[in-house]
Parts: sequence; C-alpha cells; structure tokens
Amino acid sequence: MKTFHIGGVHPKENKLSKGKKIELAPLPEVVTIPMAQHIGKPANPVVAVGDTVKVGTKIGESSGFVSANIFSSVSGTVEKIDNFPNVAGFKQQMIVIKSDGTDTWEDTIDRTDTVVNNMDFTADEIKAKIIEAGIVGMGGATFPLGVKLSPPPGVVIDSLLINGAECEPYLTADHALMLEKSEEICIGVELLKKVLNVPTAKIGIEVNKPDAIQKMTEVAAKFNGIKVVPLKVKYPQGSEKHLIQALTGREVPSGQLPGSIGCVVSNVATTFAVYEAVEKNKPLFERVVTVTGTALPNPSNLLVRMGTSTANVLAAVGGMPENTAKIISGGPMMGKAIQNLEVPIMKGSSGVLCMTEAEAHRKKESNCIRCGRCVDGCPMGLEPYLLYALSKKNMIAELNEHNIRDCFECGSCSFSCPAHKPLLDYIRLGKANVMQMIKKEEAAKAQQQEKK
Amino acid sequence: MLTVSPSPHYQSDTNTRKLMCNVLIALLPACIFSIVVFGISALISMLTAVISCVFFEFAINKWLFKNEDYSIKDCSAIITGVLLSFNLPNTLPIWMVIIGSLVAIGIAKMSFGGLGCNIFNPALVGRVFLLVSFPADMTTWTKVQDYSVDGTTGATPLGLIKESIKSGKMLTDIDLPTVQDMVFGNIGGSLGEISVMALVIGGIYLLCTRTITWHIPVSVLGSMFILAGIMHAVHPEINASPLLHICSGGAMLGAIFMATDYSTSPMTSLGKIIFGIGIGVLTIIIRRFGAYPEGMSFAILIMNAIVPLINKIKPHRYGAKK
Repeated sequence: MKTFHIGGVHPKENKLSKGKKIELAPLPEVVTIPMAQHIGKPANPVVAVGDTVKVGTKIGESSGFVSANIFSSVSGTVEKIDNFPNVAGFKQQMIVIKSDGTDTWEDTIDRTDTVVNNMDFTADEIKAKIIEAGIVGMGGATFPLGVKLSPPPGVVIDSLLINGAECEPYLTADHALMLEKSEEICIGVELLKKVLNVPTAKIGIEVNKPDAIQKMTEVAAKFNGIKVVPLKVKYPQGSEKHLIQALTGREVPSGQLPGSIGCVVSNVATTFAVYEAVEKNKPLFERVVTVTGTALPNPSNLLVRMGTSTANVLAAVGGMPENTAKIISGGPMMGKAIQNLEVPIMKGSSGVLCMTEAEAHRKKESNCIRCGRCVDGCPMGLEPYLLYALSKKNMIAELNEHNIRDCFECGSCSFSCPAHKPLLDYIRLGKANVMQMIKKEEAAKAQQQEKK
Repeated sequence: MLTVSPSPHYQSDTNTRKLMCNVLIALLPACIFSIVVFGISALISMLTAVISCVFFEFAINKWLFKNEDYSIKDCSAIITGVLLSFNLPNTLPIWMVIIGSLVAIGIAKMSFGGLGCNIFNPALVGRVFLLVSFPADMTTWTKVQDYSVDGTTGATPLGLIKESIKSGKMLTDIDLPTVQDMVFGNIGGSLGEISVMALVIGGIYLLCTRTITWHIPVSVLGSMFILAGIMHAVHPEINASPLLHICSGGAMLGAIFMATDYSTSPMTSLGKIIFGIGIGVLTIIIRRFGAYPEGMSFAILIMNAIVPLINKIKPHRYGAKK
C-alpha cells in the first residue's frame, strides 16, 4: 500500500463524528468575517458601515497575487469594520455583519441541488472563476488556489493530486464530503484537470475510510482519468509533500513548492469549492466543519457560514461541555488553541475540537532518554532532539545547518516523545530565530551592494 | 477560561516508565529460567543487585544532588540491577554484587547526570569493574547438568575454546556443548545469559511492543554470525562455528538487552546498524584474539564511547539535494 517513505506516527484516530451526515448549522445572527483568511496579503474591505449586503456579496477585494477575495456569508447590514483577535490571538481587520434573517442570496448563485456538469468553459475562464470566488486551500494551509494554478513560466505541471487523506485525528469533514458530494468533487477534479491541461488525476484516501474509497472509486469510474488511490493510515499522510511522495514517488526539493516538480495538490473540500464556484457561481462563504470532542454528546459535521463564532458553532451541537478546558481550531496535531469563543470560522477551519480538563494539559516533562523516537517519527528526516537542544542554547547558525527550515510543524516529534519534551515549541522558536537571522543577513548584503 | 498552548495538542500514551516496564517484562523469562537452574542463589543475587541499585540512585538523588524528584519511579534503576545480576556468576559473594551496583549507578549513571545522560551502559560498567577487580570470582561458574547445578565448577563454552587455543589444541579434540544445550540453557555461565530461548522470547516481546527496533539486535548477531562463519570456513579446527558464537556467552543478552539501551545507543536507524556491526565484529575479535574468552561487554562499551561520533550521521532527509 502506498505511503510516504520517511518517518510518520500513528496517533489514536478518535474519529467520533465518523458516518455522520453533513448538517446545516443554524444561521448566525451576526458574523465576523476576517479579511485575512489565507496566506498572503489580507483583502481590502470594499463595503462601508451601513451598507446592505446579500449572501455572496463581495466584501473584501484581493490585494495582490497571493491574496483572495472575501464574501459575505449572511444577508444584512455591515455593522462594524474593526480589528478583532483572530485564531492566533493577534488583532486583525474584520467585518461584522448583522443578519436580517432572510438569507437572501445573490441572484447569480444557483441554489438548487442539481448536479451540473458543464465543461464548456475554457481553462482561463475556469481559473478566473476560481480566483474570483476566493478559493484557498481548505485543508488548513489556506494557500490561494489561483496561485497554485498559475505556475511560473518554464514550470510544466503534469500531476494533479487530490488530497482526501484527512490524517488528523478527530476530523471527518472531508470524509463526509467525499461520501455525500462525490460526483461534485469529481466534476471539480475535471475542471482542475482542464485548467492545468493534465490528462489524469489521482485522489489519495487513507484506508481508514473504506466507504469513501468505495464511493469515490464508483463515481470516478464515470469520468475519464480520475484514479482513487488507497493510502496507508499514517500521520502526516495529508501533508502536501508527503501526499506527493505517496502518489507519485517524487520529493519536493527542500525550500521549493510542489510546482517545481510538476505537482498541484488540492484538498477534496477545495475541489468541491471549485465545483461550486464554476458550475454554481457560488463564491466561498461556507464550509464543512467537524465539531467534535470526547465530552460532546453529539459530535457532528456541520455546514457552517464563514464568520460564525465558535460559540454559535458549539451551540448548534448542544453547547460547550462543562469540563471543556481547551478548544482547538482544526485537528489536535496541527490545530490552534483559541483564546475565546468569539473566534470566527474561516476558510481553513476544518474542525472545532473541545478538549476536557484531562486531555487539555500536557504531561509532565522528564529527562530525554535518547530513544530516538522523534528521529524515527520525523517525516522530514530531521533530528528533533538535536534541534530542541540547539534552540534551547540559541545556536541559530547551527539550527540552519541542520535544516530546521524544512520543519513544517506537524508535531510528530512532540507527539511521540516518551519524556513529553516540548520539542516542537523550541523548534518553532528556533525557526523564527533562523528566519530573522536570514533576513538580517540579506539586509546587510543589500546594504553592502548599495555602498559599492 | 480556556487553556492556550502551541500544537500538538495530542501526546502518545507511552512514557519512560512504560518503556522501562516493557523491558522488565521482557527480562522475566530469563529471570525465571535462571532461578529454576541456579536456585535460590540466583534470586538472592538478583534481589541484592536490584535493591542496591535502587537504593544508590535514591541516596545519590536525595543526599548528594538534593533533588526533590528521586527519579527512581521511572524503573530504570531496576533494569540496571537485573541486567547487572544477569552478568554475574551465581557464586559471586553478595558484597561484590553491592559494589558492582554502586559502580553501575554511582559512577556510570549518576555521575553523568542520571537517566539519559550516561555515555556507558551502567550494568556493563559495573560488570567490567568487577571482572577486572575480582577476576577469579567473576570467572568461576558452577557446572550445569540437566538444568540444575551440582556444586562443582566448570568452564563455559567460550572458556573451553580459549583454553584450547592457548594450549594449541584443536577444537575437535575438546568436548563442547551442543547448540541444543545452549539454546535451552543447559550450560554454565552468568545468571541471565545461559538460555538463548528465554532471551529471544524477551526480545520478541520488545520488538512487538515497539520498545526497541530490530536494527541493533539483528546487526550485532548478523555481523557476529557472518564474521565467525568466514573464520570457521577458513580454519574450522581453531575457529568455533558461527552458531556456537551467537548462542554462547553474552551474545544474546548483549545484543537484545544491553546494546539496545536507549541512552547509550545511536539515534538513527543507520547509526544503530553501524553500532551493531561494530559490536559484533569487536566481540568476535576479542573472543578469538583477546585475553578474555568473552568480549561482548568490552565491545559494547567501546562502541558506546563512539556513539556521539555515530550520531553525526544524519538521517535520510526528505527533499534533500541529491
């Protein structure tokens, strides 16, 4: 069975909401929509306080090549445009819209459930629609899809890979989507194939979702050149670089993007959004979110409007359990712990996970026994124990020599450590220091050249 | 009030103590076998070593380091005690066992900073200290016949081989135990090393619970087998068969339990294989050309010393420039 070659760990899956149908979350009364829901430049607001908007009205305009449009997710009036704390706790520009309760959509959007398979668009038209709809990678990295679909001159894309691995514990949003929207996802794949001008595409799904593999294989058979590939269950299988290795055998060179080896990876949720944007004229303003936790009576997969507060999402499944001590936006391995319940759902929010008092706290740290589990687990082939020690001693040049910048913070090292060392915390710190050092060096170099 | 911390928010349920307990469980078959063969003297020896190791670690923590956390809860001192006693003959006086424990815990482990900081395997340092201090007591083994001791002393298979080489005899002229006797432990030797079977059962348990990986045991035994095999093929009259080499002396105990000690073995898989091959080759060289009949302890300690160097070998990196 296919998988990546280096490292990997096996966290307990805990897919509590497995097999749950996608349910509609109740319409929120107020939404708070951040202008930065993606990697790159934040969007610029194009509405003013007091403006009336409909569902799907553009409220934020993309401000550069690596940026994305933002759309209203309710119909109503713009109440405030101000800075609020985001998922990481930093203040950031957001637009507050009060819903009028009518849920009036823009007329251009096709609200019916009928599956449309219209391939009469040219590649450029499809790409323009994708960029207009503000689609970004919905697996968590939130890289604008339009950028991925515009390879720089000289780069030839020959592989389109669809990420259905969903390797994070607890999360089932992509799984539910693959079961219920398989045909739509396949049409989305066809559209992406057309944009990139590639004949085939592969959909990678971990074998812990046999029903999704079966359903997707059945539906994909109706299309030309879409192949479903079962993948071994191993974290972080859903990482872009590791999915590429599993499906094509290629490795993305250190410090480069997948495009450099001819690969484009798109998550199944992103692919579904592509279908909706192109065939239904529907911009990205809602997504499937797994709301879960061991103490939750009813873990669910909810279709949530962007900007809905975490509190409202939790209310939809019966409220936050009393013993909740930590709430994670995303999965337990790479998700962010949020500070308060006002944090809104965004394009990259794949899950809301409530952790109980017992689960929320880290175990007590003890001596490193040099067992090598962090080295064996690192999917990038780094030496976390060494990076941890170097970072603690602030040896920044050495950290760079040991390729700390390759780390993508999957958390396999901290997860597997029997001494419960905060390995990733220090590696993150080291990474930031290395980045700063490189920036300084570059600035110094530029200054020297100016003098010459 | 919500807790905020950086990811990951998930930790595996292994911990140091669980790993150490796995090793203890894996040592049980050899432990029981030893008590069956050597009787009460084996039990006394083991208990003395375990109790004194735990006591010394506790005492050093409490009165020398003035630590609040005594670090004996992680069970690693118990393993050191069991392994030390496994390396001793059952006739060794109790006071020597206690001295061995003090050297193992005090010098080899705690003086470096405790668990995870030591460079040399504590139990082996204890054993080698005793071996060079009390060579006569450390090499007197009671004879084992039909899985029990009768009070007389006898040489181990490796001792017999060394004797024959020194006196210029051919191996065919001496009376060596069969491989079957060695596998099932019907031979003389140190407490824990006599039964290959019991040790291999423990090794399989360690592999199944993912406490250790296959790299070190396989490379130690594999390299011993290959090197001894070549030597045996060239000069069968003076070189023992490879099967005898891997079944005798401390080969199994060393390969499965001593060389795989986390703190004193390399971090990467490739490093572990190099480490294992080094041990295997050195063991055969010492056994064949050295002054001692058995070379496992020395081989492991020598390789322990170069582990920091082996750790310079980087693991294969994803996306590295070719």
